[in-house]
Amino acid sequence: MATDDAATPAYAAGQHPALAPPPSERGVIKWARERLFNTWYNALGTALMLYAVYLILPPALEWLFFDAVWTAKNNKDCWAQGDGACWGFIRARFTFFMYGFYDADSHWRPNTALILLVCTGAMVVIPQTPDKLKKYAALFITFFFPWIAVGLLVGPVNFGPLQSTFGQIVCAAILLGGLALGWHAHRRKDAVTRTVGLGLASLIVVMLFLSWGLGLPELESRSFGGLLLTLVLAITSIFVSLPLGILFALGRRADGLPLLKYFCIGVIELFRAVPLITVLFMSQFMIPLFLPQGFSFDDIIMALVGLVIFYASYMAEVVRGGLQAMSRGQYEAASSIGFNYYLSMRLIILPQALKIVIPGIVSQFIGIFKSTSLVTIIGLFDILNVAKSSIADTKWLGMEWEGYAFVALIFWIFCFSMSRYSQWLERRLDTGHRSEQ
Amino acid sequence: MSDASSIQAGSESNDGAAQTRAEHGKPIIQIASMHKWYGSFHVLRDINLEVAERERIVICGPSGSGKSTLIRCINRLEEHQKGDIIVDDIELTNDVKNIEIIRSEVGMVFQQFNLFPHLSVLENCTVGPIWVRKLPKKDAEALAMEYLERVKIPEQALKFPGQLSGGQQQRVAIARSLCMQPKIMLFDEPTSALDPEMIKEVLDVMIELADSGMTMLVVTHEMGFANRVADRIIFMDEGQIIEQKPPKEFFENPENERTKEFLSQILD
Repeated sequence: MATDDAATPAYAAGQHPALAPPPSERGVIKWARERLFNTWYNALGTALMLYAVYLILPPALEWLFFDAVWTAKNNKDCWAQGDGACWGFIRARFTFFMYGFYDADSHWRPNTALILLVCTGAMVVIPQTPDKLKKYAALFITFFFPWIAVGLLVGPVNFGPLQSTFGQIVCAAILLGGLALGWHAHRRKDAVTRTVGLGLASLIVVMLFLSWGLGLPELESRSFGGLLLTLVLAITSIFVSLPLGILFALGRRADGLPLLKYFCIGVIELFRAVPLITVLFMSQFMIPLFLPQGFSFDDIIMALVGLVIFYASYMAEVVRGGLQAMSRGQYEAASSIGFNYYLSMRLIILPQALKIVIPGIVSQFIGIFKSTSLVTIIGLFDILNVAKSSIADTKWLGMEWEGYAFVALIFWIFCFSMSRYSQWLERRLDTGHRSEQ
Repeated sequence: MSDASSIQAGSESNDGAAQTRAEHGKPIIQIASMHKWYGSFHVLRDINLEVAERERIVICGPSGSGKSTLIRCINRLEEHQKGDIIVDDIELTNDVKNIEIIRSEVGMVFQQFNLFPHLSVLENCTVGPIWVRKLPKKDAEALAMEYLERVKIPEQALKFPGQLSGGQQQRVAIARSLCMQPKIMLFDEPTSALDPEMIKEVLDVMIELADSGMTMLVVTHEMGFANRVADRIIFMDEGQIIEQKPPKEFFENPENERTKEFLSQILD
């Protein structure tokens, strides 16, 4: 006490300025001394850790880079050239890893789809994009990109109803009826009916567009493989399961609509209580049994349906956690300025609730991305399955390390990017303080 | 300076409270034999209340007496089970469209402010006009700035609610309600969650609003404010309206024993 008084000059009451911290509170050396060597056992631990790094890192780097072989014809050729990793294997099989059995002359098609998605996605994600452009990019990704991507990836899709005259008449009737309903509702300012009418009409338009398929030659979706298949499964599941999960979560909380509520609870609890592998098997073998004859969807679509509903159920519970964290005051304040349910949710509740659960949502995304490799068990060739079968190639026997390391690296790049993006997003959306209460 | 002058101007109008009462317009809120239960608990019992346009009413009473529940019934944040509530010629029923219309014409200020923390102060004020009143963004922003100016915090427009003090937040909440250009304003203990030094800045805004002729129903324990602006003070206890009188009579000759007891506790 007394020394303190002597060290600091006296200030009149209320006049004490803010001072810089003393030198012992600053600097790297101080940090190391305090965090790494502050006690004898911490010092010992630090030393052991450094020794472990010394043991592991140099040989790992040697194997990965310095002794690695970058071009080779087969495994023997590789081993003759050096002791390190045989990246020549990955190079030789690179297109197989990326596209699976996809038609070799059509690689530009998935590439175009990916470039389109990355460019428009970047416009949405980068904060400096003008608001208008961002909005158009988001609309494009939501309402146009999926159909263009299908056109690019598989070409024209055959729809049963469009094959027969009767089906064509029905479709034309739905199209015209939807348009008429939409126009009529638009004049009476009835937003709900307008949405239903235009929705019906656009359904038919989308069907027509898909059956045209950009005029490209048709490709078997069975031939999808490698990273292409992994991305198709992961991106679709991620982008569909989030909105569907939000709807399930809202449905589960809709106390005024018991039928909807119990339907949502039923779906969520059923799919969360079943292993994903079971869902995938069921989607492949059971659902086709319930469909009318002549209807068959291909394996990838069925797998997607399974993945989407399964993960939407998980997502619903994550989102519900966010909804429950909202104070009643927020709902009341939204109501008190005349917002209906839809506006309250869209403008006030969901933006806050989703922000709270970003970490949970993103770990779901990462989970989805990695779980896509389970489609192996229904015979699809995702990137992991491609690695497995490449290793089994007699020309390249003994490449387990390289094959799996490469697949691990690809998964890590995507999942780690998602994780970093979510952390950045959380910081960006942080407006300082949560709501009161 | 401006505070002092507005108080002075106000006290003149207070002297003429009896006359101004006669000038009030047609009834805008009519509540007849209204009852409400929470489960089996009878919160509001046979409430009869008529409020005229431009009338200012202060509701007070011990906690748990149903004051907040009463004003929350007026914009149907709470549902009543028996009797009628008619607001601006629209009867409150289960009709969702009517409820939305009434809510957009009845502003409400909450004890806990309930600002939208993810929106800036300006957006808090414009979100209602833009989405409910369908005002173009530019007009909504001009309107919001006008009201933020009126509650004396235009310079905070681009901040987020979490960066403001309680008193500032409550003034933003008042501006947010006013931006909907309501016919009636409900205040649910607007100063109870505030630090003492911030109560005055909020009350000043409310006094200014009262002087401008807004129809107001205020649940509060601020008896100075009640005395200053109210046309009528309503005393509630155990879910019933026990006594209602102009402030002067209310403070000087309370009739009911419970009113006397309440006043002796609150005014000591």
